[in-house]
Amino acid sequence: MTPEELQTLAARGQEKFAHYKHVLNVCMESGCVSSRSDTVADALDKEIAKRGAKEQICIKRVGCLCSCAQGPMVSQDDGKVLYKEVKAEDAGAILDAVGSKPVSRLQMPADHPFFTKQLRVVREHAGKFDPEDLEDSIRVGAYHGLMKVLTQMTPAEVIAEITTSGLRGRGGAGFPTGLKWSTVAKAGNPTKYIVCNGDEGDPGAFMDRSVMEGDPHRVLEGMAIAAYAVGAQKGVIYVRAEYPLAVKRLTRAINQATRQELLGANILGTKFGFTVEIRLGAGAFVCGEETALLASIEGRRGLPRPRPPFPANSGLYNCPTLINNVETFANIAPIINKGGAWFSKIGTAKSKGTKLFALTGKIVNTGLIEVPMGISLREIIFDMGGGIPDGRKFKAVQTGGPSGGCIPEKHLDIPVDYESLASVGSIMGSGGMIVMDDTSNMVDVARFFMDFCASESCGKCVPCRVGTYHMHEILRRINDGEGTSADLMLLRELCDTVKTTSLCGLGQTAPNPVLSTLRYFEQEYLDLISRAEATRAAAGDGHSKKAAGTTGLEVTL
Amino acid sequence: MSVMTVQSLTLKIDGKDVSCQAGQTILEVAREHDIEIPTLCWLDGLTLWGGCRLCVVEVAGSPKLFAACGTACAEGMEVTTNSERLQKYRKTIVEMLFSERNHVCAVCVSNGHCELQSMAQKLGVNHVHLPYRYPKLTVDSSNDRFRLDHNRCILCTRCVRVCGEIEGAHTKDVKGRGINSQIINDLDQPWGESETCTGCAKCVHVCPTGALTERGTAVAEMNKKRQFLPYLTLMRENDK
Ligand SMILES: Cc1cc2nc3c(=O)[nH]c(=O)nc-3n(C[C@H](O)[C@H](O)[C@H](O)COP(=O)(O)O)c2cc1C
Ligand code: SF4
Repeated sequence: MTPEELQTLAARGQEKFAHYKHVLNVCMESGCVSSRSDTVADALDKEIAKRGAKEQICIKRVGCLCSCAQGPMVSQDDGKVLYKEVKAEDAGAILDAVGSKPVSRLQMPADHPFFTKQLRVVREHAGKFDPEDLEDSIRVGAYHGLMKVLTQMTPAEVIAEITTSGLRGRGGAGFPTGLKWSTVAKAGNPTKYIVCNGDEGDPGAFMDRSVMEGDPHRVLEGMAIAAYAVGAQKGVIYVRAEYPLAVKRLTRAINQATRQELLGANILGTKFGFTVEIRLGAGAFVCGEETALLASIEGRRGLPRPRPPFPANSGLYNCPTLINNVETFANIAPIINKGGAWFSKIGTAKSKGTKLFALTGKIVNTGLIEVPMGISLREIIFDMGGGIPDGRKFKAVQTGGPSGGCIPEKHLDIPVDYESLASVGSIMGSGGMIVMDDTSNMVDVARFFMDFCASESCGKCVPCRVGTYHMHEILRRINDGEGTSADLMLLRELCDTVKTTSLCGLGQTAPNPVLSTLRYFEQEYLDLISRAEATRAAAGDGHSKKAAGTTGLEVTL
Repeated sequence: MSVMTVQSLTLKIDGKDVSCQAGQTILEVAREHDIEIPTLCWLDGLTLWGGCRLCVVEVAGSPKLFAACGTACAEGMEVTTNSERLQKYRKTIVEMLFSERNHVCAVCVSNGHCELQSMAQKLGVNHVHLPYRYPKLTVDSSNDRFRLDHNRCILCTRCVRVCGEIEGAHTKDVKGRGINSQIINDLDQPWGESETCTGCAKCVHVCPTGALTERGTAVAEMNKKRQFLPYLTLMRENDK
């Protein structure tokens, strides 16, 4: 395909939909599909055929419409009217309402802060086009950034643009993307790889899944631009096998793009060639860690290895490798299209752009949101999220998943950026955000995440393998009313050892949920322990000796 | 013909000025200068593993610790190998190993010749204040000559590496993950039924504890002979 043909295809996409008076978009991402949005779309199709309205109203199967817990979601005319919890039987009513008064029993207020406070960069077109249709994707701008890069920019200029944007990695650690790209570009090996990290193993997180399902071409475009910038020829997307829809859409997108020479040997008629393949992960959290991910792609056990060497110098098959997160790649096209300077105006001094969050837990409006960096947690939870349901009180918000921490009420006004979240003992992480109300038991929260880390530890290094086991046992004992004050001391000591001496990020961050709950909710630990001690004292001496014995065994060496 | 020049570096280890070649690890250079850094998974001649974490050291200017086995020396680096903080971490790690499985030294064939035991003695671990797990583990005695006792295994994977990298048989591997990790033969078959095992005994002799032993040894009789490894490594280097 030549640049002219890309324009033609975009125009054809425009034409294809221009004659419709109305468009009904039905969300076809995993969340809504699981509540059978596919039957809703089929029912709408049938109803339109029955009414002979096929040339006036178009039904599109689109990406996420944000309010995931209230699916199936349907949006009329790009969000002018929003319907929630739609059933197949509602098809007639919805079609009756097109062009007149919306169906009030299904309607959601589209002007709610949940929608209006969002700022969409990564998901600027999501929910407005059919991700399985290449023409429709190109209509909303897919591959225009790649075309610009290939026809007007040198690789160095691309990297400069990304550096100017201030974009930082969305996979958790927030490493400056421009710096990573320039390191790989400078690495002196003719064979280089691009790897897209779509492992997304945090419990409760589904941002990357949504991007892959809702706009797969944007991920491919970001990878291709990166390949051009750093001089790579091959790309791999690592997706967990539990994301079958993402895999299906990505596979389809790769095939479509390859057929149209948007991927392959001569992209857009230039000498630049880049191919992409998909590798399926078996769902181990540790395989999201970059060195474990590379081992897994190479067909070995997914174990982290010591760094350096960093993948930028020696990665896949010992070649320089650029690894970025799905959301990071999805930020590339808008930066190229609108400029790094434009991007760097969004957000705070050190954290630029927007961030996707999966807002869940004890909150009125759950779903997927994209907000500008620097927005406060309070705005997210109380304005957008609508606060805590059932008249309960807010207690804490957990960000960063098993590597993050719990943030109490008093810190809700901090801006959401990498440094501020770290300063209160949590992390940005990949974007999980779990809200807890005053019925939550913080010791149990810590126990839950430690259970996750212990069962996801790869077992390679001693502090993480054995330390997470012991920490989980202690948390379980305290939570079950069997804890002692010695347990609490031991817990703190183990947190320190595991955090400081573990080999990879999993072990190094596993104590964070414990440390942050100890920092803000220590009293809950102390209450559980003193209650346990009182119970033991009442039950007599024998019992208390047994309990103390669990942490004091002699060994003959 | 151009002459390859190897850059040399100077650094400080425990206050001592030392020099080394670029690319050498902190562990190598420290040992060349008789500075002892404890290790269990590391073994000269096998690839880097980085799992036991006993060799963590401090480097001035960084709050993080570095595993000496996998960290290259840099010009002007100031390394501390034995601070009080490091000793504390190392003791905890050794205690973790003792608590993980059933290391009953008094009845072990490796008693007196065990690296875990001598490490505990060296680091002053005379008390394990972590609760013991007492897992139920098996002993594989299906091989005519060797025994694999999971109760004594510390998962250092020396056996896996020597079998794959030196002997080339790749009989040994690891199954499971986290606390449930376990050494296996072939596809988790009894060792005696392995079709890939050559019976070379290398795994037995690199094993730091009583997990891999020769049959017919009684308590404290299993003395490991490891000379073959530096010898083979040297031969390979001369071959290059
Ligand atoms: C235990 C662990 C799990 C991780 N999981 C993911 C993941 O699911 N997705 C991801 O993009 N990065 C994950 N990371 C971070 C990656 O190692 C890596 O830093 C990231 O993919 C780099 O991309 P970025 O610079 O675009 O953020 C994980 C790290 C650790 C230590
Ligand atoms: S920290 Fe945990 S997950 Fe990471 S290498 Fe060590 S055992 Fe494996």
